[in-house]
Amino acid sequence: MEPAISFFSGFRAADLWFMAEAAWRTLLISGVSIVIGSLLGILFGWMLHEGRLLASLTLAPLLDVFRSVPLIIQLVLFYNFAPIAGLSLDPFASGAVVLTLYCASLVANVARGGIAAVGQPMRRAARSLGMTYWQDMRHVVLPIGGRAVFPSWVGVALGVMKDSALVSVLGYVELLKASQILITRTQEPFMILTLAGAFYFALSYPISRYSARLEARWAQ
Amino acid sequence: MIEIRGLHKYFGELHVLKGIDLDVHNGEVLSVIGASGSGKSTLLYCINGLEPIQQGRIEVDGTDVHARGTDLNALRQKLGMVFQQWNSFPHLTALENVALAPRIVRGLPRAEAREVAERQLRHVGLGDKLDVYPKALSGGQQQRLAIARALAMEPRYMLFDEATSALDPELVGEVLDTMRLLAEEGMTMICVTHEMGFARDVSDRVAFFHQGVIEEIGPPAEIFGAPASEHLRKFLAKIR
Ligand SMILES: Nc1ncnc2c1ncn2[C@@H]1O[C@H](COP(=O)(O)OP(=O)(O)OP(=O)(O)O)[C@@H](O)[C@H]1O
Ligand SMILES: [Mg+2]
Repeated sequence: MEPAISFFSGFRAADLWFMAEAAWRTLLISGVSIVIGSLLGILFGWMLHEGRLLASLTLAPLLDVFRSVPLIIQLVLFYNFAPIAGLSLDPFASGAVVLTLYCASLVANVARGGIAAVGQPMRRAARSLGMTYWQDMRHVVLPIGGRAVFPSWVGVALGVMKDSALVSVLGYVELLKASQILITRTQEPFMILTLAGAFYFALSYPISRYSARLEARWAQ
Repeated sequence: MIEIRGLHKYFGELHVLKGIDLDVHNGEVLSVIGASGSGKSTLLYCINGLEPIQQGRIEVDGTDVHARGTDLNALRQKLGMVFQQWNSFPHLTALENVALAPRIVRGLPRAEAREVAERQLRHVGLGDKLDVYPKALSGGQQQRLAIARALAMEPRYMLFDEATSALDPELVGEVLDTMRLLAEEGMTMICVTHEMGFARDVSDRVAFFHQGVIEEIGPPAEIFGAPASEHLRKFLAKIR
């Protein structure tokens, strides 16, 4: 046992490694959910923008459900009802599915806002140059609208990462679950929660820093 | 040549263009004047197919703009358009703004697209602003950038929709000078404008729009010197 760490009763060096592994799992499940959820969300946002009537009747209410029902309820319901529907998913897969849909429902609104942020005059200017719909989307709407809503998207992504803590209720050993396990054993809640907080911070800080740098570059 | 026959355009219930017949010949500069809401912008949007029409036909070099099989994206390359709001792409430098469409629409290699862009930027007097972002340009410069961007597609026609209306008065001149230059070079132009001086000096013909019809059309000397219609006389009196 290393002296510096044995100062705290029961907390071993191996526990730090246990936490680091859990942090990796937090990163994994939120990374997967954010990437797939964002792509889906952009697709949904585009559908909301384009297919006004149909999308507003079908997609919009559905996304509202994902957005407004507390995530923890969605997780528990999905995890317990998926097997009935013939899907037997482990905690990671269940958590990733729910987080992905949750992320997509949030990103859909952001994406729709981004598309709407590029006004009709700008789009007509692009089309008047002979650009196709998709060229306009790719070379005008994406860069201009994307930059406009990038900060909101970063907010959603960081939020999803923090909310991934709720997947602990399914028994997936990410940071929060790992902390609970260690607290039960060591009875050192303050130290362990501080440590978990530090891990969360270490995961999100580079993202906020990098995005702040990007925004600064776009602004100049 | 642009030929418009029996054109009617509705926005829902609103009957905006009520039977327009108009020929614009190659090399001609046509100015379009008229009160706000008379349908001048709408006419331009119909010509390059940005707005669908409900009746009549518009042909550009013999191609029916609103026919089913018409490749509008190809057709629009012939029809450069400059808007009241200049709509520079804010994320691109002046050079990139102009080079984008030649590269992705005309399919020019990157280097060649840049060459075209540089040439057109010099053409409109922005040769020293190649690597500047639109934010750092004045309104007049941005409007000239928009003109260069349209010209880089090597259009046969240029449609100007109140290209100077959104500009501070002291910046109007530089844009009008650029438009004059194009006219002198023989570009076929339709210019919706509130600049009567420009309409008088530069255009071959002036069309007066009133409530969705061309109420009077003719050489500037007639339109401004001897207006026949009562509405035109009132319009001109108000403008002066
Ligand atoms: N997208 C649209 N939907 C519904 N109505 C429209 C639309 N665009 C224009 N209009 C209406 O059509 C009429 C003609 O508009 P247009 O913009 O062509 O006029 P204009 O002669 O260009 O006027 P201005 O000098 O103000 O630019 C106006 O009554 C306007 O409100
Ligand atoms: Mg107008």
